[in-house]
Amino acid sequence: MSYIQKPVAYHPALKRNALGLTHRDYEGSMSTLCAGCGHDSITAAIIEACFELDLPAHRIAKISGIGCSSKAPTYFLGRSHGFNSVHGRMPSVTTGANLANRDLIYIGVSGDGDTASIGLGQFAHVIRRRLNMVYIVMNNGCYGLTKGQFSATNDKTSPSKKGEPNPFDPIDLCQMAIQLGAGFVARSFSGDKRQLIPLIKAAISYRGFAFLDVISPCVTFNNHPASTKSYDYVRAHNQAVDKLDFVPEEREITADYEEGTTTAITLHDGSRLLLHKLDQSHDPRDPDAALMTIRKRAAQGEVATGLLYINEAQQDLHDILRTSDRPLNSIPTSELCPGAAKLEAINARFR
Amino acid sequence: MAPTDTSNPQYFHKVVDCQWACPAHTPVPEYIRLIAQGRYAAAYMLNWESNVFPGILGRVCDRPCEPACRRGRVEEKPVAICRLKRVAADYKGEISHYLPEIPKQKNGKRIALIGAGPASLTVARDLMPLGYHCVLFEKDPFAGGLMRTNIPSFRLPSNVLDEEINQILDFGVEARFGHEVKSLKAVLDEGFDAVFIGTGAPKGKDLDIPGRKEGAANIHIGINFLTAVAFEHIHRIGRRVVVIGGGNTAMDCCRTALRLGAESVTVTVRSPRKDMKASDWEIEEAEQEGIPILDNHNPKEFIVENGRLVGVRFEKMRAEYVDGRRKLIPTGEEVVIPCDDVLMAIGQENAFPWIERDIGLEFGEWDMPKVDRVTMMSTLPGVFFGGDAAWGPENIIWAVAHGHQAAISIDLYCQGKPLSERPAPGWTLVSQKMGIHEWSYSNAYVPERRVAVPHADKAAALRNLKVEVELGYDDKLAAKEAERCLNCDVQTVFTRSLCIECDACMDICPVDCINFTENADEPELRDKLRVPARNKSQDLYVSDVLKTGRVMVKDEDVCVHCGLCAERCPTGAWDMQKFFYVSPQASPACLTHLNAYIR
Repeated sequence: MSYIQKPVAYHPALKRNALGLTHRDYEGSMSTLCAGCGHDSITAAIIEACFELDLPAHRIAKISGIGCSSKAPTYFLGRSHGFNSVHGRMPSVTTGANLANRDLIYIGVSGDGDTASIGLGQFAHVIRRRLNMVYIVMNNGCYGLTKGQFSATNDKTSPSKKGEPNPFDPIDLCQMAIQLGAGFVARSFSGDKRQLIPLIKAAISYRGFAFLDVISPCVTFNNHPASTKSYDYVRAHNQAVDKLDFVPEEREITADYEEGTTTAITLHDGSRLLLHKLDQSHDPRDPDAALMTIRKRAAQGEVATGLLYINEAQQDLHDILRTSDRPLNSIPTSELCPGAAKLEAINARFR
Repeated sequence: MAPTDTSNPQYFHKVVDCQWACPAHTPVPEYIRLIAQGRYAAAYMLNWESNVFPGILGRVCDRPCEPACRRGRVEEKPVAICRLKRVAADYKGEISHYLPEIPKQKNGKRIALIGAGPASLTVARDLMPLGYHCVLFEKDPFAGGLMRTNIPSFRLPSNVLDEEINQILDFGVEARFGHEVKSLKAVLDEGFDAVFIGTGAPKGKDLDIPGRKEGAANIHIGINFLTAVAFEHIHRIGRRVVVIGGGNTAMDCCRTALRLGAESVTVTVRSPRKDMKASDWEIEEAEQEGIPILDNHNPKEFIVENGRLVGVRFEKMRAEYVDGRRKLIPTGEEVVIPCDDVLMAIGQENAFPWIERDIGLEFGEWDMPKVDRVTMMSTLPGVFFGGDAAWGPENIIWAVAHGHQAAISIDLYCQGKPLSERPAPGWTLVSQKMGIHEWSYSNAYVPERRVAVPHADKAAALRNLKVEVELGYDDKLAAKEAERCLNCDVQTVFTRSLCIECDACMDICPVDCINFTENADEPELRDKLRVPARNKSQDLYVSDVLKTGRVMVKDEDVCVHCGLCAERCPTGAWDMQKFFYVSPQASPACLTHLNAYIR
């Protein structure tokens, strides 16, 4: 942890977005994570994505559970809403917030422990309910905050730093998310911002449940030569199934792409995703094919990354529950509460 | 791009913008840190080693370091380097025990130094500790040259001059004051082993326009006027004064005139305001004293009525720029400024009527001696030039730099060694790591703006020529200003073999200067960085190929040397290492005391 504040000085030629802000305006406090932690790179990618999307920080809420990953929201979007909740309970808190104010953008940050162990039930049900949010797992395969014990996502072949073998098979969160009905499922690597930033932008623009599993090496406990979540291992075994370009609504598609290799997917807000297939057998709109791609790659010891699955027509929780278009928190009590007389009438029906 | 060769000390030297820009390569950040620690004597001596006159330069240096200062590119204004130097001089206390020993047993070589300005004095300082016998010739009764005659005492008090000049004279220099050299041949005939000529550019330019002769009694050449004031031959001036010229001498003339009792002083410049040669701060000071500066005024005639100067006629000019070259075009509009006295400060020239043209010393263009740019030697072996005498008007700090080089050459020449075998610079590069995220320098960025220097009461200053206008920083203001220094000498050193490409340094860098990218040639690489590197005067620091096939590219331009890259690096691939660079000098004696006061 650094003892100094990050200098307020910035490069005078720094790019500004449509709001006149620089990417420095999207930063949070100084990180207290270990130097070289993958989480800090994901943080930087979120900052860059929000900057490029011209998002006003006060329209974003970042919500997390407990763990190294869940500390991370402090380190980005210092001017946004935030809630650091209970271990594994980020989905419930986000659900509550989203129901009260559907107008905010919800970025949930969780870790492999927070999601795949203590919060697995919450994870399953928030997907099942199609909550409109971005769910990011900063996945390092270990409990970094408590000395690096294996987490539920650690590969069976990946021993601890001291050489202790891992007896259990891992949970693959992307496969689970697809099976549970998530509409947007992607996997990426903290060390590959060129892939990660467009994925985060697409996930934010996607209306519905967007899940991002980001492999994020723990430099302190899980970056050793035998680890399958180290910088070197992931770089060597990373197999991107596609390359994503995010095109905002107002911008034209200018580049020419060879026919048949590129699919344009239009999101609810009119922005488009240009998907360049790198793996011809992969079809991101077919959940079975997506699951197959992940499993096949995993069997070969590879990590399939990129946009794995997308269902652009999915309804979100508000559609399903047919809630008010206006956020509940902006409806005055006089409208929200029908009054004692109405209650009396309702109760009378049951007498 | 090929990987940066950091084994060449000039790479990191160039990153220290101030030191690189200083002709004498004063280690600026190091002395600013010493000031921040309150170690004024050490800060003073570190300056003295390089630039010989810290107290003088701390007041009147042309400060090439300040426009170069990286702080000026990160925010509005550079660090007040010059004024901090003055603090070291003001608060240094006793330093005589740090001065080099002068050998009692001389080496038998006699050196003539002609003109007692900063160049000659520097040669004397560098050669005396080696046992040379130096003989200083000076036409005036005091040493100092233009520092004494042309810089008014309200900017540079004489006691400051005396102290630093006497330090050198007290090494045992044989000074012949009031001795104007009228023949170089005569000096050569005295059998000196080498002769150094540091006679400056002593001739003020004149203006040959109608009325010049008729009004001569009230038309003065600026530098002659300043000299006469300095030696107290002039005590008053007319009620209304016009100063012609836009350089620092013009600024000194107008402010001096005000102090001699002039009621209205006007400065006129031929060129547009932005092309004026005077330093911004000197123009500012003159304007703060209420002196108007009229630009685009070209003098046409001195108006003389009944044998007396009554005014100057000007034609107004307009500047046009064609292909970046300026042309001044007359507008036809005329202005008359009534006045009683005119001071002309339109430039200075060299004059060597005393050098015989048949002794083997060749002269070239504009009747200037041919002088070697590196060795400072003329075409007559054993005769050296420096300061303004070498290539025309420059400034004090250049004169000092020339003096150091000339002293090296003279020493080599006297030993019969080739002048091309010059000593190499000394340098060290040492890690500043003290613990986890702890450095031996203050790496936090302080967002303070430049601290203003307190001034003497204006009314009192304008009444008395000898009241120094600037009071200088006190210790508290100095400490505040010192914190603005970015410690550019503490280098970001990258070790490729340790890098795991986790991006941590790139993510944390507050000024986005670190990149991991595919290599390319320089123009392309500059263009594709996170923030394109448009300032081509600043280098790119490029690593060898990393594991992923990419290279690390750091744009040195606006790096604030906060060390966060090194703090966020999990493997120590980045380290903050202090680069200390010392320019070579003839005698290591002036440098050997370094350890005594730096530790």
